Amino acid sequence: MALVRELLRQRRRGLTLSRNLTCTEGELLMAAGAVERVVTAWMSIGLPWGVSKILRHYVESGRVALEEWSHLALGLRFRAGAMGVPFLPSLTMLGSDLVAVGGTKTIQDPYTGATLAAVPALFPDVALLHVQRADPFGNCQIDGYPHMDTDIARAAATVLVTTEELITEEDTRRHPDRTVIPGFVVDALVHVPFGSFPHECYGLYEADFEHFAAYTAAIDARGPAAVGEYLERYVYGPASFPDYLDLFGRDHLALQRRRARELTEP
Amino acid sequence: MSGRCNAAELLAVVASRQLRDDTMVFAGVGVPLLAAALARRRHAPRLTLVIEGGIIGPEIAPGRLPISTNEMRAGRRATMLPGITDAFLFAQRGFVDVGFMGGAQIDRYGNLNTSTIGADYWKPTVRLPGTGGANDIASLCREVIIVTPHEKRRFVPRVDFLTSPGWLAGDGSRAAAGLLFGRVSRVVTTLGVLGFDPATRCMRIEATHPGVSADTIRANTGFELGQAERVETTEPPSDDELLMLRALDPERRFLG
Repeated sequence: MALVRELLRQRRRGLTLSRNLTCTEGELLMAAGAVERVVTAWMSIGLPWGVSKILRHYVESGRVALEEWSHLALGLRFRAGAMGVPFLPSLTMLGSDLVAVGGTKTIQDPYTGATLAAVPALFPDVALLHVQRADPFGNCQIDGYPHMDTDIARAAATVLVTTEELITEEDTRRHPDRTVIPGFVVDALVHVPFGSFPHECYGLYEADFEHFAAYTAAIDARGPAAVGEYLERYVYGPASFPDYLDLFGRDHLALQRRRARELTEP
Repeated sequence: MSGRCNAAELLAVVASRQLRDDTMVFAGVGVPLLAAALARRRHAPRLTLVIEGGIIGPEIAPGRLPISTNEMRAGRRATMLPGITDAFLFAQRGFVDVGFMGGAQIDRYGNLNTSTIGADYWKPTVRLPGTGGANDIASLCREVIIVTPHEKRRFVPRVDFLTSPGWLAGDGSRAAAGLLFGRVSRVVTTLGVLGFDPATRCMRIEATHPGVSADTIRANTGFELGQAERVETTEPPSDDELLMLRALDPERRFLG
């Protein structure tokens, strides 16, 4: 979130956002006019809040194009990129209308003649990632859900990482099995505690569901203009990330930490 | 029976009975996951849940149901967190027995739409959240069971957009498209249980819930429905099933 916030503050335009699960960050980038295309498998704030009104507003009016891929297909696009190959064969999406949306081609298996989807590699220009721990050379450790971050880091041309904790090179050398993104693929690293808040960081803080409920309630009441107000208050207003976190308050952040500990304790 | 439980509870209980012990089920968040969690606590203790956020074998805690596929509640006491791509690659390799899913629109062949309403994908009347892993579950699990409220606007002659493949256009077209295995076997709804004619792969009535007639099911379906030679009547949810189910969702997030 710290990186997305900075992207918004720099008033970037004409971006394509690619991400499997798109949440508030997608809505903020749409409402700010930063993205013209979203490549994703799913977009919503979360099941209890139903279909996103912001998604509907921008996609139904044709202002943002939503290019839909299945989870596995998009995952294989990043993996193909990570492997440095132009495509990967797969058994998914075949026979569905998703094939036409992204222009996926099918190929014949050269050994058996069977039909396969040839899922094209995706090489993002820039990857924005947040991890639990990294050393000054960019060697990263991730706890909990790996999502697709290791593939995305290898596939992207430029990799920007924020980390909850800065560890030493010695810490890395003591547990080399924990390094999932090597420093040589990382271009820049910033130490940003709570860097994915109000979204979760596995084991460290829970997603702020009350915040999302207030955000969606404001959209229900005032329409897309509510996202503009949100951007002013949480993105353009606070000059630094610590200023942004102050809007939530120290006690609230401590509560989110306790909740995460409870949820990940066996 | 309507006095004893609501439609969502009936749906979750009947869906949970479809799952067998010692199998793996890919379950969507909401009623499918509730049904799978109920099966695990009741008759299928060795049922392994797979959640599309990239989670294998979680133990969903009563009162702590996840609201998304990739938050800490969804991964509680999991046996593996392989990530999204690898979770689906296990399915592509043939390890996942059952996929449990719903959709905004469903046609007679069990094809599902969770993408767009309207004739043109790029100019939709309604933009829905999208496939997520639904297409992968329908393409790659050995058997798919659809779990859905039964409404005429959902059961349509043709889906506006084919997000997830059922039998596509009938017998043979799944294989012709390159889908090596998998089949949609049943549609569990708030009115009954439907299956597919083995010859035509068209949806047909196989069981009606207590107090529901086959005619009521037909009146709530937007296409012609055949029926099995013998149409069963669903056993009503037992006190035991309802108690366990309600304990899982005390805040009634998904049970209404």
